[in-house]
Amino acid sequence: MLKPADLMETVWKETGEAAPPAIVGARGLSYAVDRRPLIRDIGLEIPAGRRTVVMGANGAGKSLLLRLLHGLISPTDGHVLWKGRPLDAAGRRAQAMVFQRPVMLRRSVLANLQFALRVHGLRGPARRARERSALALARLEHLAGRPARVLSGGEQQRLAVARALACEPELLFLDEPTASLDPASTHAIESLIQEAHAAGVTIVMVTHDRAQALRLGDHVLFMSGGRIVESGPAARVLDAPRSEAAQAWLEGRLHFETGDPERSQAPGDNT
Amino acid sequence: MFFFRKTGENAPLDGFGSILAEAVGLILAWDPDLIEIIALSLRVTLTAVAIACLIGLPLGAAVGAFRFPGRTVVTVVLNALMGLPPVVVGLMVYLMLSASGPLGPLQLLYTPTAMVIAQTILVTPIVAALTKQVVEDLNREYAEQFASMGVGPLDRVGALLWDARYSLLTVALAGFGRAVAEVGAVIIVGGNINHVTRVMTTTIALETSKGNLQLALALGVVLLTIALIVNAAVMAIRASAVRAAYA
Repeated sequence: MLKPADLMETVWKETGEAAPPAIVGARGLSYAVDRRPLIRDIGLEIPAGRRTVVMGANGAGKSLLLRLLHGLISPTDGHVLWKGRPLDAAGRRAQAMVFQRPVMLRRSVLANLQFALRVHGLRGPARRARERSALALARLEHLAGRPARVLSGGEQQRLAVARALACEPELLFLDEPTASLDPASTHAIESLIQEAHAAGVTIVMVTHDRAQALRLGDHVLFMSGGRIVESGPAARVLDAPRSEAAQAWLEGRLHFETGDPERSQAPGDNT
Repeated sequence: MFFFRKTGENAPLDGFGSILAEAVGLILAWDPDLIEIIALSLRVTLTAVAIACLIGLPLGAAVGAFRFPGRTVVTVVLNALMGLPPVVVGLMVYLMLSASGPLGPLQLLYTPTAMVIAQTILVTPIVAALTKQVVEDLNREYAEQFASMGVGPLDRVGALLWDARYSLLTVALAGFGRAVAEVGAVIIVGGNINHVTRVMTTTIALETSKGNLQLALALGVVLLTIALIVNAAVMAIRASAVRAAYA
């Protein structure tokens, strides 16, 4: 198995580019619940301005890794780095996250944006300008006064992405943002992600969708048993995986992991 | 008295019917004494509920939204206080306010203020405990999003209270129901003094014991009607909120 510290180096050797500086990273990152290790000694560096896709079977620790990197939960061991220094409040303010199920306040579309921007410290005309551009970005101007929670799932997720981007983060985490959406809504969300990336936002996204990973990912981190077992350019990892876990998952043999590599389950293996 | 005027098998029922008719007559006649009693009841109860909400809503929200040492103890105490026996609260407030009590110099005993104090003590734990439950449920939904946005503690309590506003109306309603129907505490600290501290419940108790059933029943009808109107209004507001997915 590759050693975590070598991972990013491998990615850039394969692409032949010079490695861009890391925006977020981890050293010896571990997380356990009741002494059951769910994230094991992960070292990683996410390059700034790129799109990193995190993949792996259910239970591999993808969402957990995102939450650790975003500072939503504290690691049991090791630490998260933001631009080479331990993640602090300023670093967290420069990040945003979109969840699989959008969490909308029980208020209007516009009030949801206002709340996020107010919490972010924006006031007056500056805030109103951001509200307008976020509504336009989400193409929800005509629904500004509508209660956010009566919008369709796709509209709510568009609002969630626009709300996250309204605070102008340097890095956007997305945890399976299109997992419960129809193709049209998925396309709209992917466009928003592409626009954000074009504007310079670093993207770190979890997805189960191989085609989406190829469309949106510069490179892929493949996780299994709480570790990153493979990393490289998206097309290479998804077309010619080197790790057993990635091969098994891409061939449909691996669906669910218990967090314990020895007990990972494959179809037909109902032990 | 009427119940003893027995002329046949159906006499008690006839008695009830005639009492009810007289009661309705009293209400329709807009009897000034009746109005005074109803007005004082509403003033005392609404003031107590308002103060209880001012204390109970933020307190309940804080307990519901934050983890801190002793949180379980606070929750258990709040839940236990929900069932405070009114007469015990009345007695405590009486002892505090009586001439020899620590707050005796304020001379509040047998005033509407004393009744407000007693009812506030009864209603605050109800508002706080129910608010805690409502806010805790909502916080479970919002916590991760708020943490991601970096929402501070004050903004968090404010947003949770605002977003739970329609559920909290029901919480306030529960407090109102407890306060308006309460008799044990207000009769001890208010003394049921005519034109001063006489409210609906204490009047009903007094007039019933005097055998003046028309007035007692008239007030009972008014009390029920108020409860029905307030409940219907809150349900209507909630229904519109549900349609907007705000509740």
